[in-house]
Amino acid sequence: MNMMTDAYKRKLDLAEGRVDLSHGAGGRAMRQLIEGIFHEAFDNEWLRAANDQSAFAVSGGRMVMSTDGYVVSPLFFPGGNIGSLAVHGTINDIAMAAARPLYLSASFIIEEGFPLADLKRIADSMGVASREAAVPIITGDTKVVERGNADGVFISTAGVGRVLDGLDLRADAARPRDAVILSGSIGDHGVAVMSNRENLQFDAAIVSDSAPLHTLVAMMAEAGGRHIRLMRDPTRGGIAATLNEIASQSKVGFHIDEEAIPIKPEVAAVCELLGLDPLNVANEGKLVAVTAPEGAEAILAAMRAHPLGREAALIGHVVADDYCFVQMSTSFGGRRIVDWLTGEQLPRIC
Amino acid sequence: MKYIDEYRDGRLAKLIADRIAALADAARSYCLMEFCGGHTHAISRYGLEDLLPANVRMIHGPGCPVCVLPIGRIDAAIALAARPEITLCTYGDLMRVPGTNRSSLLEAKAAGADVRVVYSTLDALRVAETEPEREVVFFAIGFETTTPPTALALKTAIAKGLGNFSVFCNHVVTPAAMHHILESPPVRKLGSIKIDGFIGPAHVSAVIGTKPYELFAEKYCKPVVVAGFEPLDVVQAILMLVRQINDGRHVVENQYIRAVTRHGNDKAQAEVANFFELRESFEWRGLGELPLSGLRLRPQYAAYDAEKRFSMMTPRGKDNPACECGAILRGAKQPAECKLFGAVCTPDTPMGSCMVSSEGACAAQWIYGRFREKAPQANATRVVT
Ligand code: SF4
Ligand code: SF4
Repeated sequence: MNMMTDAYKRKLDLAEGRVDLSHGAGGRAMRQLIEGIFHEAFDNEWLRAANDQSAFAVSGGRMVMSTDGYVVSPLFFPGGNIGSLAVHGTINDIAMAAARPLYLSASFIIEEGFPLADLKRIADSMGVASREAAVPIITGDTKVVERGNADGVFISTAGVGRVLDGLDLRADAARPRDAVILSGSIGDHGVAVMSNRENLQFDAAIVSDSAPLHTLVAMMAEAGGRHIRLMRDPTRGGIAATLNEIASQSKVGFHIDEEAIPIKPEVAAVCELLGLDPLNVANEGKLVAVTAPEGAEAILAAMRAHPLGREAALIGHVVADDYCFVQMSTSFGGRRIVDWLTGEQLPRIC
Repeated sequence: MKYIDEYRDGRLAKLIADRIAALADAARSYCLMEFCGGHTHAISRYGLEDLLPANVRMIHGPGCPVCVLPIGRIDAAIALAARPEITLCTYGDLMRVPGTNRSSLLEAKAAGADVRVVYSTLDALRVAETEPEREVVFFAIGFETTTPPTALALKTAIAKGLGNFSVFCNHVVTPAAMHHILESPPVRKLGSIKIDGFIGPAHVSAVIGTKPYELFAEKYCKPVVVAGFEPLDVVQAILMLVRQINDGRHVVENQYIRAVTRHGNDKAQAEVANFFELRESFEWRGLGELPLSGLRLRPQYAAYDAEKRFSMMTPRGKDNPACECGAILRGAKQPAECKLFGAVCTPDTPMGSCMVSSEGACAAQWIYGRFREKAPQANATRVVT
């Protein structure tokens, strides 16, 4: 229990200070950084115990574990930052297994010279995100690398959760005639991040949809859990990548209906302007669920009663298709394939 | 937003498609080439082919600057980027275009070259301004649409006295390529490829106007309709072409009146003329050397011309011999007729440039339309009633 004492020569200067190599060297400065920023922001009984790991009790049933790295640029964007994203992202990965997330860990790789004020902002928003979601961050790690060896800050979060009773979702479980449900409008996160990059500022304030989905999942499970075949959060690569992934894992095809897919007019407009396909744009607070046809209505109704699922929509069906194509009826009356994205999605030339 | 929706109205499209079906003479076929990749993209992305009767066929033309950039110019850019003092600024689409031996700017960057993706010429200028110790080269490509921004960048660089900025100019002009397509032996050999009319490029025409196509329409007796990139623009243009063909007319019509005039944008044209002149000849990937089809900087701006400033060599690149891009750009073949299509050549592993930009004919077909080849049963021709 190395509580801060007056023996510290140098105070953490949270206004002007910067991360330097001593903050990662394992000495007093590192302790000071961890306690002054991370423990303060995440505060909970496990961290207060100040071990290198945290013990917790497990109950019976199946557990899930997930880990993810976050390297977003810019670090701060409308509606969130890399920190809140790292918390929501891992909670959602666990929730997609129909599990209740229990605990998180967070690991930081910080570039020498990174402003302490920004680090504090990031940590604070992680603290808020984890408290709001009631999923504490109970252990972590900090490394400082030399300038030029990282882009500001990278965060890895891992989490564990307990699968809700009686549920067992599998990637290969989609069957022809199953319903495809989307929890809300697409493209908000990707466009919010992009519009905050240099030179692409738009009048419309588009805010990231970054949010933890586990309570929405809990409501879905209650309304018709046994009908849920599988769930995914369509992050990088958008719903196009998600549907293609499910199609190839379950060896089925999809028919979706463009008109049924919710999208905010301002997001559609930015995508149009930049020549982006919103189906490929990232989301951070949305889920796609494949359900047995007979459970779709009840699950949809439950989702619409939750603030994060108010715009939930039935967007199509699973079909038998040896080629595993995701096909879409366009709002224009034609049909096309919805494919994976190649490389990074880039605005068109002219 | 409203503006966009109006041009996406599916019901209206259905009405127009019905009219096309009613007007299209069942006894003949209508082969229409959309010159521009912007149209190719709209057609594929909205599945417009499903709205058309079977005897109205779209042929994808060469209209994507990424597709027609010869491999030697890519090789030259890669060589330039490898020089330690140089920062090469490029549009993202160019990063993945295969050069000789399938090298690319993306690989060059991974190997340590300073290649940066920019969204506009002004981004490149900003790099030059903020990093005066670097030699910043803007890799300029594109048809008439993208030439004025390059001219503007040159003008700004000169005004600001930026001595470390230059342009690797690969701008090309549209009418020359359209002439070439109709002059090429396979097209001239009677009947081997039928092109009954053209959809003219929208953004290009906003700059040069519709006038440059008049001579073309007259000389080759082919109707041209300049059209916007929204799906409704395209179906409307198809209707206008079908009407002209039925009437035996061949004039230039303008569907895109909201942005295009007969004379185009004089100011932009004047800026371009100030900085650029025609090259005697320029190579187009898949089409070969075309006379008076490319632009270079005028001699008085040699200091800003990367080719002169860095004594660049443009090697003759080697295309994959099995790649059919040339025939596809001329409308002589469909993407699926290329042996490599979908087998070794996909957007993730492009062998030819038509597979790189999503506006390229092969990529558009692969990304949006491959169910048409693979699963014909899923695509029973729609009867338009
Ligand atoms: S809009 Fe420009 S880049 Fe796109 S296809 Fe037409 S000419 Fe090519
Ligand atoms: S499929 Fe590939 S190799 Fe064949 S023509 Fe198209 S781009 Fe060239």
